[in-house]
Amino acid sequence: MLGEGILKGLAETAKNFAGSFVSEERLTTVQYPEERIAPFEAARVFPFLVFDQENRDGGGPEWEAGLRCVACQICEKECPPKCIYIEKSKDKKLDYLGKGQYYPARFDIDISVCMSCQICVEVCPFEAIKMDTEFELSTTDRFGALLLDRSQLAKSNEHYHKIHPTDATAVDARLADEKAKVDAKAKAAADAAAAKAAATQPTNEGGD
Amino acid sequence: MSGTELVHDHKMEGWNRPPVIEPDGEAELLEVAMGPHHPSTHGVFRMDVALDGERVIRLKPVFGYLHRNHEKIAEGVSYLASMPYTDRLDYFCSLSNNWAYALAVEKLVGQTVPERAEYLRVILAELTRVQNHASAIGFLIQEMGASGTPLMYAFREREKILDLFESLTGSRMMCNYMRFGGCRMDASAAWLDAARKVVVGLPKFVDEIDNLLSSNEILMARCQGVGILRQDLAINAGISGPMLRATGVNYDLRKVDKYGIYDRFKFRVPLGEVGDIYDRYMVRMLEMRESITILEQALNDIPGGPVMNPTAKLRGFRPKAGEAYGRIESPKGELGFYLISDGTPNPYRYRVRPPSLVNLTVLEDMCLGSNVADVVLIFGSVDIVLGEVDR
Amino acid sequence: MAETMDQIFVLLKHWIVGLLPVTVQPIASVLLSVVAIVGFFPALFALTVLLERKGLGRMQNRIGPNRVGPFGLLQPIADGIKSLTKEDIVPLSADATVHFLAPVVLVVAVFLGFAVLPMGRNMVLVDMDASLLFYFSIGASTELSVFMAGWSSRNKYSLLGAMRAVAQMISYEVPLLMSSVAVVMMTGSLSLVKIVEAQNHYTWGLPHWYIFTPWGFAGFVMFAVAATAETNRSPFDLPEGESELVAGYFTEYSGFKFALFFLGEYLAMFSISGLGATLFLGGWSAPFSFMTWVPSWIWFFSKLMLSIIVFIWLRGTLPRMRQDQLMNFAWKFVLPLTLLNLFVAGLWRFLGNGWERWVVCSAILIVAYAAMGKVGMRREHFGPRSYHYAE
Repeated sequence: MLGEGILKGLAETAKNFAGSFVSEERLTTVQYPEERIAPFEAARVFPFLVFDQENRDGGGPEWEAGLRCVACQICEKECPPKCIYIEKSKDKKLDYLGKGQYYPARFDIDISVCMSCQICVEVCPFEAIKMDTEFELSTTDRFGALLLDRSQLAKSNEHYHKIHPTDATAVDARLADEKAKVDAKAKAAADAAAAKAAATQPTNEGGD
Repeated sequence: MSGTELVHDHKMEGWNRPPVIEPDGEAELLEVAMGPHHPSTHGVFRMDVALDGERVIRLKPVFGYLHRNHEKIAEGVSYLASMPYTDRLDYFCSLSNNWAYALAVEKLVGQTVPERAEYLRVILAELTRVQNHASAIGFLIQEMGASGTPLMYAFREREKILDLFESLTGSRMMCNYMRFGGCRMDASAAWLDAARKVVVGLPKFVDEIDNLLSSNEILMARCQGVGILRQDLAINAGISGPMLRATGVNYDLRKVDKYGIYDRFKFRVPLGEVGDIYDRYMVRMLEMRESITILEQALNDIPGGPVMNPTAKLRGFRPKAGEAYGRIESPKGELGFYLISDGTPNPYRYRVRPPSLVNLTVLEDMCLGSNVADVVLIFGSVDIVLGEVDR
Repeated sequence: MAETMDQIFVLLKHWIVGLLPVTVQPIASVLLSVVAIVGFFPALFALTVLLERKGLGRMQNRIGPNRVGPFGLLQPIADGIKSLTKEDIVPLSADATVHFLAPVVLVVAVFLGFAVLPMGRNMVLVDMDASLLFYFSIGASTELSVFMAGWSSRNKYSLLGAMRAVAQMISYEVPLLMSSVAVVMMTGSLSLVKIVEAQNHYTWGLPHWYIFTPWGFAGFVMFAVAATAETNRSPFDLPEGESELVAGYFTEYSGFKFALFFLGEYLAMFSISGLGATLFLGGWSAPFSFMTWVPSWIWFFSKLMLSIIVFIWLRGTLPRMRQDQLMNFAWKFVLPLTLLNLFVAGLWRFLGNGWERWVVCSAILIVAYAAMGKVGMRREHFGPRSYHYAE
């Protein structure tokens, strides 16, 4: 009969109206900024550079010494909108494995260009650049404030653990593995060298 | 009646076809530009309409306001770097775009994809289809003036699906998830459980929309018999997607090409008869139900294993010279990527076949003779996204 | 005590008037009532605007305004300040006098309509013998202001919107009047006070409201439909549709004049709801005989607010009808049914007093409604469709 569909529609709307007072399913508003939804663990906004707090080589600020980035410039090449600008340093410093590596004298990311695609994170062989989840980055300075340099990008491994716990633990495990392998190899080489040295030493025993 | 002539002033010289219907009456035609700033166009899009009273005599779509040089940029960066740009083509359905591009590159190189990755691709593509059709229906009703109530319901469900996307890929809309040879990362068992929970709640939502609208007399009066697209015109113009199926043509790429693993799932293809707005709206709703069936099957059967082909290279990807065309059934129609490689890391030619643009070419034919109020509805029923039309 | 509460405004007015010298007492009494109406109904308008936004929000699964004041109660004040401080733009080519007078005419005409509504026992501003006739003639002059607005703007789109609006309002005047004529026929008087008193009797605790009779129920439904169309509310709000070509006849109005149009529209809604309550719902009489201790003006305003809630409910649910469908509906469906309703009302009077008249009258009305509905839908080929699937 005419009007039936309209009445069904009215019933549906009334159900939603009444339901919005009782169930959360029917009132999905989250009143920002008083209430916030916790970000998902996998969320990605803009990149940041990870620094380890333990590996300190030389003086200077903590973040500079522990920066994992070795300025290989792979992320700069792979970045689709080309928002990363890296300048390699002239000298080297020791990394967590004890090898001498270059470090970035300049590492700028223009976050007004960055499209949060995460390709830089995927291609980095050194676990040095990861995605941050901070999104309240509005600024009134139109030209300078959205170009982040090294000091603004560097955040500690602890911060990485806080925002992406599972990933950070996996990365730490991987790096610890590598360090263990390198250490084991070094230990084996040292043992072999010590054994060789002991073998070529004349034995001073007997005699008067 | 034959004495009436169209007034040829400077604006009308842009019409490139002779008029199809004649205005009745001696009066001058009223020319209106609807857009690009318009509360109901799906993006920046302009329609130059010539009216005789309330009837539409000529209609010229004008687009290009959102052109972002996607195809030219792709020629300058590597294949992998184009993947995030494909997210932004049809920004409602970023995962479908990713899949189409990945399919094209995999065809170019001849790469296979592991089982689990195929299942994940199907799950994400069907979730994308559900949320796209829900929003399309919501926007259509919004344009009819129901002050946005069904739109809010559609977006409420869409939020759940977008939360799933965010917990898996890191981003709600610009997912950048597929890679050549699989998917970027694996989905945990917790995610699959959350997806199952969302899928369980979806049929109720489709029923809610059905109740609210399908038998609503006002909706029927506004939508039935309006914007009819004839079957032969649809086939000749290259229309694809729900618009084509609403005219009664049985052509769904998931059944024709059987790309991915779609031949393993049992699902039906709903077909319309008349090809008006109501048919398109109903076909989309029935397709949502079929997508839910596919999702249930896929979430049940998903195997374990790797999600990335071990021989796939992330960096230094240098396909041999050749060409490939990869196409999928995106929620809007046939989305195709045509790639020509010349052996370098960057493609020589990268061409997107946008379903929205091709579907728009028949807008004038559908709108002729109808009221101005219907033009907005007909345009909404084509379901376009300007990111795709303009690239 | 109940008596005092019931007559409290009347007693208050008499006391204040008693404080003034005898010569000015008559005019002071009238002025006091006028001030009360002019002060109260805009306050109710402010509350209703907020209620509408919050009600629509809740229907759409969201909260309405809640930032300005607790529960958003100060939102109307913020809106008022905004519209008062906006620049008043009058187009250069517009007819300034008519442009200025249009909102004034609307608001004045609508306020005049309040003068004859009995808002409580002994609480009517002017007790005329033909108050219903007065109400309808004043109500028709609101259409004049709509046309003045569209004409004076010298904007062809506004004129289009105004002509549509006037056509709609004139078409629905006839069913509005015809459904009220049935009430007049049964009461035997055009005076609204007498119509309420005729409904103020109780049998077994249930009132004699006209809505509880078959012809009264049908008349009320058609009155409600016509009232929705008269006040340009959804689903008949095409003239002011947001997603249409223009914003309608008040495109060229800004600031306070726009606020006055808005005010006029809502006051017309109150006025016609008040009339509907008076004619069919018993005005200020209580629904059950044991509830007569509640003051009469509370009952009147509850019924008014109930009608407003139904208006808001309709707005949140239904899409809007197209102009020609609207007019078809008025002339080809509602009007014949109102004429039939008159006939049925007469039959009711002359069929005696038993249960037969209920059955006969209800049967005639239901059969006529169902038959006309089916015929109307079939003529336009509307109806639910079934879809077939391909495998």
